[in-house]
Amino acid sequence: MNACPERIVHLMHEYLDGEISREHELELKSHLQSCVDCQAHMHELSDVVAFVKGAAHVEAPTNFSQNVMARLPKEKSHAGVSRWLRHHPILTAAALFFLFMSSALFSNFHEEQQFSFTKQENVVVEGETVIIPEGQVVKGNLVVRNGDVRIDGELDGNLTVINGSKYMASTAVITGKTEEINEVFDWLWFHIKDGAKEVVSFFEKEETK
Amino acid sequence: MDALINKRIKQVLKGDKDAFAEIVDLYQHRLFQVCFRMLGNRHEAEDIAQEAFVRAFINIHTYDQKRKFSTWLYRIATNLCIDRIRKKKPDFYLDAEVKGTEGLDMYSQIAAADELPEEEIMKLELQDRIQYEISRLPDKYRSAIVLKYMEELSLQEISEILELPLGTVKTRIHRGREFLRKQLSRQPNFL
Repeated sequence: MNACPERIVHLMHEYLDGEISREHELELKSHLQSCVDCQAHMHELSDVVAFVKGAAHVEAPTNFSQNVMARLPKEKSHAGVSRWLRHHPILTAAALFFLFMSSALFSNFHEEQQFSFTKQENVVVEGETVIIPEGQVVKGNLVVRNGDVRIDGELDGNLTVINGSKYMASTAVITGKTEEINEVFDWLWFHIKDGAKEVVSFFEKEETK
Repeated sequence: MDALINKRIKQVLKGDKDAFAEIVDLYQHRLFQVCFRMLGNRHEAEDIAQEAFVRAFINIHTYDQKRKFSTWLYRIATNLCIDRIRKKKPDFYLDAEVKGTEGLDMYSQIAAADELPEEEIMKLELQDRIQYEISRLPDKYRSAIVLKYMEELSLQEISEILELPLGTVKTRIHRGREFLRKQLSRQPNFL
């Protein structure tokens, strides 16, 4: 048997795999007819296959399914959330967008710590206080950030003070609305109202056209 | 069948846990059989087959519905079995004395489990004998032989389950058959 080429054993396995070509099969058969040892080898391999195939089908124990179901993890609430996120990518994107937008707004509130105000004529600035001197009339809106306002004269428009206070002399006149904003939420609200007003005024302009 | 399975999988993905019970019913025997043939122990096979279903449930969103579900499930189960077999080996100290025996250590236990004396082998029932011979195959060959002859899967499916090239699967089956041939030919009248 040692004299037989290894190729013959390989052909036997090809045969057992059911993947042997017509040519190879003829080659194997003609060899087996002339070689008793290889015949025995082939027989033994066929017996192995029959032996292994003789294994009885094994069935899972009763209650197997119930036991599996009992072992499944209880769905945690975050699993539900993550599944929801997976199934609603657009809403997830929208939620993320709002999150980032609002956080940008919050950080703006803290970053904008510099003193600033709307440039108007007849306004005097002393340190971080904007003053409308007595007898002067300022036309238009005035916004002051991170500073105070003292009004001795007249303001013909709205006054908004962000992170500051306003002092009014008895002579002071403000024809528009006055607003003081100190809290983050007021700041946010102000932005929303501002945005809404712009939208409204945009439509109003459209209408007047 | 595939359409039904995919429908159930979609239900599971939407959070309907009960739809998974039907999947388990359909595949429980096949999966248990692989585990039993790989591990040679009903108790362990039940544990691992259950674990395979649990893993499938947890990772169901990673299953690609364009591929065959049974292949994916078999892969989980065979991987768990191979892990278990490998972990079992260094799990005990060979020279530790076995409880309830005097002077008997694990060496003698393994010898008893791994290689029965010929007269004991002859006394085995055919089914026990088959399982005994299968359990002596090196695990590389064992998984391929079990999937081929006990689950009756095609070489292509086996290659996908074991994530091996087709040529490697064939080699393993060939070597497995030769291994068994040598085992069995040592006992001349084995059939």
